[in-house]
Amino acid sequence: MGETLGLLGFGPDGWGDELAAGAWLTLRLALATLPFGLTIGFLAALGRNSGSRWLRVPGSIFTTLFRGLPELLTLLIVYYGGQMLLSRVFGLFGEGQVEVSAFVAGMVALGLVFAAYASEVFLGAFRAISRGQYEAARALGLGRFSTMRLVIFPQLIRLALPGLANLWLVLLKDTSLVSVIALNDLLRQTSVAVRGTKEPFLFYLVACLIYLFLSAVSSVGVEGIERWANRGMRRS
Amino acid sequence: MNAELFERYGLRMLDGLVVTVELVVISVTLGALLALPIALARTSPSRLLRGVSFAYVGFFRGTPMLAQLFLVYYGSGQFRGALESVGLWWLFRDAFFCCIFTFTLNTAAYQSEILRGAMASVPRGQSEAAWALGLRGAVVLFRVILPQALIVALRPLGNEVILMIKGSAVASIVTVYDIMGVADLAFARSFNLSVYLWAAVLYLVLVETLSRVWAVFERRLGAHLAVSAARS
Repeated sequence: MGETLGLLGFGPDGWGDELAAGAWLTLRLALATLPFGLTIGFLAALGRNSGSRWLRVPGSIFTTLFRGLPELLTLLIVYYGGQMLLSRVFGLFGEGQVEVSAFVAGMVALGLVFAAYASEVFLGAFRAISRGQYEAARALGLGRFSTMRLVIFPQLIRLALPGLANLWLVLLKDTSLVSVIALNDLLRQTSVAVRGTKEPFLFYLVACLIYLFLSAVSSVGVEGIERWANRGMRRS
Repeated sequence: MNAELFERYGLRMLDGLVVTVELVVISVTLGALLALPIALARTSPSRLLRGVSFAYVGFFRGTPMLAQLFLVYYGSGQFRGALESVGLWWLFRDAFFCCIFTFTLNTAAYQSEILRGAMASVPRGQSEAAWALGLRGAVVLFRVILPQALIVALRPLGNEVILMIKGSAVASIVTVYDIMGVADLAFARSFNLSVYLWAAVLYLVLVETLSRVWAVFERRLGAHLAVSAARS
């Protein structure tokens, strides 16, 4: 028993530092994906909410596409497709092979999936804001951009937060798929440790517990952000 | 479209479609059967049952399905002796079975949460009225509470099935030839990205078909509600 637990220790005999490095990469990937996904998701929601068909239709297609495809497939298409596309583009300038960073590919693919779901959350939040808010802002002489920035956006955040928090937890779990494209995230590092120790059950269980821990810490963080976003609301 | 590539892998892709559908239908059905007892355990008066079901649901919802699959597929090898002695080893040796096993446990956790929420949405007066009529335990559950809860649960259950269709793609990582598995194989041999695009089309068709069918379901099963809503 002591020997088995020693495998989880840090240092040359233990795999603890490898797992920690993997968990750190998982966290970094999720954090890097977040702003990218939020921005595209918000833009897609703006598009779908707009009066122009030329913005509404692409927005809807984007959402349907990335909500319908398996995340794993999206990831591989972005990774291999990006590689081929860039090779062709750089080929024009006489450069040879181009390597797409697995981290960036993972970030883009997970970001697109996140954005598709986030646009749905934002759209729901937009619809929950009453017309009167826009009319009042107009009556105060605010322009379209100022209305969005000062009136709509702060309310939008509060309304969208629970949905977005859920998506963050989904994102954290989806990062495990990047282990397929040879990125040394938590799950891949675990697989490396399994190959070294022949203790698959122990190590995959520990990996699961680390994911659980990351989710639990996130939940605490989300609660804090929610309290901040609701600071202007009356407490019931 | 590359005709030679299509000739070689087109039919295999359809076989993959069948495997994906099998994975989803079997695990969602078995998961539904497990979900009810788990949902009941979550609200049971027994602290032990509540604690165990809470930990179960938390574990399966809080960890990636891919990690769960590895835990079952690779982890079961460590218990070979024990599994052989109870005659179950031949099952866990099979990747397809490991996928069904993992997906079932996973979706059971999500479905039990949906069911629990839906049952909580049925007004208390319903079960009180049933008790007052002299109905007992199982009859109240199956004849009064569940029929009303299932209508509420219908939409989130549809979403869960869609998530399973997409999530089942991880089966390809443990050598199951579902849509994704066949696409991986074809890509590894041809380096032609279009095989992934065919797979994308198949998944989109599956998901879109399911959401259409589900919409019809919802209209049919909720027909009486729409009428009463219109009246009030």
